[in-house]
Amino acid sequence: MPSLILRRIGFAAFTIAFVSMIMFAAVEALPGNVCTSFLQRFAQGPRLERCIEQQGLDRPALVRYGEWVSGAVQGDFGYSLKKRKPINELIRERFRNTALLGGIAALIAIPLAIFLGIVAGVRRDRPLDLSLSGAAMLAMTIPEFVTATALIYVFAITLQWFPAVTILPPNAGLMQMLPNIVLPVLVLSAVLIAHIMRMMRASVIDVMTSDYVQMARLKGVPERQIIRKHVVPNAMIPALNVIALTIAWLLAGVVVVEKVFNYPGLGTLMIQAIFDRDLPLVQAIALIFSVIYVGVNLLADLAALALDPRLRRKGH
Amino acid sequence: MTKPLIKIEDLSLGFTAKGGRQGPILRGVSLELAAGETLGIVGESGSGKSTVALAMMGYLKSGLSVFGGRVVFDGRDMFALSEKDRARLRGGAIALIPQNAGQALTPTLRIGQQIDEALRLHADLNAAQRADRVVELLARVRLPSPADMAQRYPHELSGGQQQRAAVAMALAGNAKALLLDEPTTGLDVTTQAHILEFLRTLAREVGVAMIYVSHDMGVIARVADRVAVMYAGQLAEEGPTRDVLRAPKHPYTRGLLASIPRLEEPGLPASMPGTPPAVGSELTGCAFADRCPIVQGDCRSAVPDLVRMNASQVRCLHADMPDMPRPRTHREPDIQTTLALALSDVAISYTKPGLLDRLFKRPVKTPTVERVDFALKKGETLGLVGESGSGKSTILRAVAGLVGTQAGSVTLGKGESLSMPVSRRDRETLRRVQMIFQNADASLNPRQTIAEILGAPLRLYHGMKGAEAQARAEELLEAVRLPARYLSRFPGQLSGGEKQRVGVARAFAANPEVTLCDEVTSALDVSVQAAALALLTRLQRENGSSYIFVSHDLAVVRAVSDRVAVLYQGRVCEIGPAAAVYAPPYHPYTQTLMGAVLEPDPDVAPKLLADDVTEKSPPASGCPFQRRCPRRIGKVCDTIVPPEREMADGHVIHCHLDAETLDEKPQKVPQMQPRKLAEMVGG
Repeated sequence: MPSLILRRIGFAAFTIAFVSMIMFAAVEALPGNVCTSFLQRFAQGPRLERCIEQQGLDRPALVRYGEWVSGAVQGDFGYSLKKRKPINELIRERFRNTALLGGIAALIAIPLAIFLGIVAGVRRDRPLDLSLSGAAMLAMTIPEFVTATALIYVFAITLQWFPAVTILPPNAGLMQMLPNIVLPVLVLSAVLIAHIMRMMRASVIDVMTSDYVQMARLKGVPERQIIRKHVVPNAMIPALNVIALTIAWLLAGVVVVEKVFNYPGLGTLMIQAIFDRDLPLVQAIALIFSVIYVGVNLLADLAALALDPRLRRKGH
Repeated sequence: MTKPLIKIEDLSLGFTAKGGRQGPILRGVSLELAAGETLGIVGESGSGKSTVALAMMGYLKSGLSVFGGRVVFDGRDMFALSEKDRARLRGGAIALIPQNAGQALTPTLRIGQQIDEALRLHADLNAAQRADRVVELLARVRLPSPADMAQRYPHELSGGQQQRAAVAMALAGNAKALLLDEPTTGLDVTTQAHILEFLRTLAREVGVAMIYVSHDMGVIARVADRVAVMYAGQLAEEGPTRDVLRAPKHPYTRGLLASIPRLEEPGLPASMPGTPPAVGSELTGCAFADRCPIVQGDCRSAVPDLVRMNASQVRCLHADMPDMPRPRTHREPDIQTTLALALSDVAISYTKPGLLDRLFKRPVKTPTVERVDFALKKGETLGLVGESGSGKSTILRAVAGLVGTQAGSVTLGKGESLSMPVSRRDRETLRRVQMIFQNADASLNPRQTIAEILGAPLRLYHGMKGAEAQARAEELLEAVRLPARYLSRFPGQLSGGEKQRVGVARAFAANPEVTLCDEVTSALDVSVQAAALALLTRLQRENGSSYIFVSHDLAVVRAVSDRVAVLYQGRVCEIGPAAAVYAPPYHPYTQTLMGAVLEPDPDVAPKLLADDVTEKSPPASGCPFQRRCPRRIGKVCDTIVPPEREMADGHVIHCHLDAETLDEKPQKVPQMQPRKLAEMVGG
């Protein structure tokens, strides 16, 4: 058992290392270098030389990769070209904001989606299930920027309950942030809930028709206990992967939603960095996203290991 | 007479289609069962046998409702009770032992937790008492190290052990009646025989009534006091087991018994023509009239009543008429002297040594299949028998190119090698070797019509298109006795037997020299199986194809094979002409298998020679059967590969015992040491 966990963690670490290599190599493969693509037509003379010296581009790629990785592990992502600041200074607060947004969305959406999925699956084809499934379908089909615009229109412009966009000083406290995250969280959770709920519903229905649930009924087990002890743990196993994938989607969703609400998170920073061709900053944020992605998948793997005794066998 | 424990009165139930039309699944079934008695319910798929059994628990599958009649269990009307009262009886006074224990046990709960759940519901015990009782129940079903078993998850048990655990769970509530729904179907013959003997003893010890549902007459003969034969949702015949099996009165029962292949009678069993009426259809006369060899005019005018004859009841107007003879047909194989296929010293392994294994020089795993050596003549059938894990299907897959060989050679007639995988075989080689799969359902594309399914090999191997292909496809369907209009149908519109016929037609579309039959009749009802065996035999005579026929059913293999190889753990134990393999002298494993076969005869008891232990991998050296062998001599069995002993004309037994000793009567079963047993089930 501990060896299985260690193996998964090792595999996750390997994946992140591999991703970092690809990201670094992709930038290397671009024509020119970080400085020429940033400076564009000003890439000449002392300006270029200064940039090359500051980014250390005069050294071999392998050395620079080694430095980049060892720096990243210690939380030092280098120096932003556009903002002329250390990257970790730039992203610290942005990271907190995005984590707040995504974290609250995930914390609300995942348990709620699982619960609704169980309810819909157990009450299959009854009015409650039909309305839940219909709503989920709707939430999945409408792109999040449309949902966001609609919510802004209703809650920010008409009702004026929440601000439409975030206009805050850069070092605003948590309490100041809260009213600003309500609408973005709503948009993100709508899609999260829809995906996870549908998977959970299908999984519950599948388990409800299994031989072991019929057996539990014929053992005289009350229905509530059947659902709690026989259905839910088994239905969770296939749903876990979808939850992990949906959280991966959340990372992309965050970028769009932050942009719509002008929310000061990593997503808006990344878009800005792309426009500025600030490659060191783009690389840093991409690496952070991939670490979150792999981390979430690792958690899903470990949860599956905890739920499913069949995975705990040796050799798997 | 004492009051019956279970009384079913004129029970009708079924589904209600849109528009209010009723589709009956049971039509007026009446049955009685006294306390401590065992009733067997037999019938083919769709006969309603499982539905009757579940109705005894007051349970209906979703979509079904009771049209009329009632079920009284221990004085209580099961369908009139409240859901809560019914739940209290279920798993308590009347408990189910399911068909597939592997799937009926919840995979995320430990065995002990699942038994504890039943105890909590049906026994008034505190936690400590329950924990003791769990271990006691697991010991009662004779599971080794019961305390350890309680801590295991279902997947950590073998098939036979899972079934025993399910029995323990059923016994938790001190049941008065046990309902067994095909509890041994899908288990190996030796495991099945052991479980059945155990259930018989249990019924006697506990004095519990049993309702035993099965499609297998051999199983019913072994356990039941009385038998009810179901056909199209009705009782066709009901009576004491001996009467029904020895002197069947209903033409359906007679046909059913005649269609069972027997160990001691070579030749093909008689098949029953036609198919039963569709589930839920309306009956205007005798349900069996269309398939009955003694049908008369009055059979079709009204549904016959169940009439009492001696100790039995029979639903036939003409039960006193002499039955039509149903002779067994003997195969007349046309075996040529030319070779069709040869396997020489073949070894197959599923696990290739990985990079790390080679790096660290880890010992190579013993191959799954080893030392397989046989030749197949043109027009000949070689049967491969053995239990699950015997490597019989693996050998087929290697010939088909679906799995690679590790050593040895596989060659076609004139020495053309078959060692390359199926993806790299040329078209002609592909054509010459065809496979018919166990599960026709899964091997036919549900989105293709039969015409498309048969058209693919015709186009690929013979370049036929359009009208030519159409004409040939019709011929093929005719050869497997299906009407040409089936060409436009989809597999989903066909019955199981019909689908298997399409599978056969597809194989023969290629005009193969070697046809690989992988458990082709295992999923079919006996009457359909008999027809499928007759079909394969006829096609072989017409096309001169050679067959490798794989089955776990010894009697089926005997019926269709010229030569038979008995396999254990991927090694040949015995090979030779069918008549010689099925008669002494036997290899100890053949003897064990034969002893475990259940004949549809209430007076024949199985001879259990070896323990029903599931071995996960073959032993690293010596004889493959060393760990279970009832005639083990000693260390030599563990270390040295047994010699080939030629008995007579091509009959070879791989055993350290010599011919005379093998010919002797078997000794008593030696008791296994518990330590060794625990080792084998894999702690």
